[in-house]
Amino acid sequence: MKILVPLKRVADPDNANKVKVPADGSKVDTAGLEWKANPFDEYALETALRLTEDGKAQKKRLGEIVVVTFGPKDTEATLRAALATGADRAIRVETDDDHIDGIIVAKALAKIVAEEKPDLVMLGKQQVDGDTNQVGQILAELLDWPMATFAGTVQEEDGGLLVGREVDGGQLDVRVKLPALVTVDLRVVNPTSVYSKVTDKSKFKYAEGVRFAPLPAIMKARKKPLAVKNLGDLVEDTALRVKYLRYEAPPERAAGVRVPDVDALVDKLKNEAKVL
Amino acid sequence: MGNVLVLAEVAEGKLRKTTHSAVTFARDAAAQLGGTYDILVIGAGVDGPAAEAAKLGAQKVLVADDASLENYLAETYAPTVAEVGKGYQVVVGTASPFGKDLLARVAGKLDAGYASDIVSLLPQENGKLTYKRPIYAGNAFVICQLESPVEIVSVRQSAFDPAAEGDGAAATEKVAVVGPSSALDRVSWVTFNSVKSERPELTEADVVIAGGRALKEQFYDILNPLADEFSAAIGASRAACDAGYCAPDLQIGQTGKIVAPGLYIAVGISGAIQHLAGMKSSKVIVAINKDEEAPIYQITDYGLVADLFKAVPEFTDKVKAARA
Repeated sequence: MKILVPLKRVADPDNANKVKVPADGSKVDTAGLEWKANPFDEYALETALRLTEDGKAQKKRLGEIVVVTFGPKDTEATLRAALATGADRAIRVETDDDHIDGIIVAKALAKIVAEEKPDLVMLGKQQVDGDTNQVGQILAELLDWPMATFAGTVQEEDGGLLVGREVDGGQLDVRVKLPALVTVDLRVVNPTSVYSKVTDKSKFKYAEGVRFAPLPAIMKARKKPLAVKNLGDLVEDTALRVKYLRYEAPPERAAGVRVPDVDALVDKLKNEAKVL
Repeated sequence: MGNVLVLAEVAEGKLRKTTHSAVTFARDAAAQLGGTYDILVIGAGVDGPAAEAAKLGAQKVLVADDASLENYLAETYAPTVAEVGKGYQVVVGTASPFGKDLLARVAGKLDAGYASDIVSLLPQENGKLTYKRPIYAGNAFVICQLESPVEIVSVRQSAFDPAAEGDGAAATEKVAVVGPSSALDRVSWVTFNSVKSERPELTEADVVIAGGRALKEQFYDILNPLADEFSAAIGASRAACDAGYCAPDLQIGQTGKIVAPGLYIAVGISGAIQHLAGMKSSKVIVAINKDEEAPIYQITDYGLVADLFKAVPEFTDKVKAARA
């Protein structure tokens, strides 16, 4: 199976409370924050790796993974990190965040899919910076491919995948035949969430979370192929459909009081907050 | 003048309350545009939900009813929603898993801009609808506009009060169901593993009791009596969901459920920023946690540092007594 995994680098989400908006609202200031791959995209990569291996013999690859990102040259660090964990090739589309939106990214990816002809596109359900949750769905529509969004489980079958989607009120199982597109949710990296056809799921569990690259793999990743494309060569209409006018900081919420015991808590809720 | 189309959400033969928040947006947007709003009810055997929708002040309720629409798949719903929607200036739904899955696909079909999960509709700027939406887990907002003939919007349910039912009933009109995209040949609905709960929906409850990993296997033993006392919904941190102490759809946070109840009680939740993103708009926030350094205390109105296994049962009894 050949899998295309689009990745986006984001300002370290665990430091998002250090994101600042200057008074003129001109930007979101992420100065001083580390860049890392969007966590959901890392989960998509981990899912793709699990689908292209025998869990018990992970070094032998059973398919190919191509990772793609959009951004300036320094986003190649994100691609190299993905190559180090096991992806085979990388593509960077030269652009910057201010000049793309979900539709433009989806159109560029559609062109890359036409060139690369993957069996599967696997990506995170949303980016934790823009929080838009749309590229996967738009791309599936542009390709006229079936999609399974918000995947919590993925099991490879003959010619397709059985995907458990996390939705309101439970889990919805859908079956997709390839080629198809899947966007992943958090629990797809649980130990028993994803299995390739050859991994014996009665006998094998993955470690929790995403895998880390050992040092030799990081060295080797430097030599893996990385191609650069121009956005203008992939998409004709690069006019933004979503225009960002300005930014605002959220209202501050002041910390309240500590109460010494349960009686004081009940008293405050009854007589001060009046919610009992 | 421009008109607005609301995408209704139907579950188990009823109109979901998510719809009512999208209607509130539609009413405000239509007023700004000097137009009206219609509601599209789509599914199989949806006369009941259509009748409910007719009470929500729309000009018309459009009904796309066909046996092929019984089990939701974006591949079967999107063509009809796009076909109906292209006659409107704005198509709006709610950012539930249904809305998020479907509306983005509709945006792709219409080559339209999509503003997802908006928290408010601002006054128009330069004669255009202007939206505010959270980014970076709610640590910043962006003010944005859409540049396409049809604008696709999803609203954050907790940020828009549900529209109330009125006395009148809008006219209903059948609309043609557009055949599925050819992608349907490669996707099939297998089964829905429903997690039944007698409790109110998380996104609609006045009181939410949320538990963290610290509760371990006693998650429900500890929280159920307190939730019963408040008729509250139960939610959870990611860690509690990941550990399997409760169902994944109880997760509150940036990428899970977003809640803003009158009272939020966090039990054994430390308060990662991703969790705070899902609940910090709650009116009154209470935290009970053993760790006095837990970040959740930075946003709580009332914090109690205590062993939750003792404090929560005691709190439950004393709330009961105080309300008697």
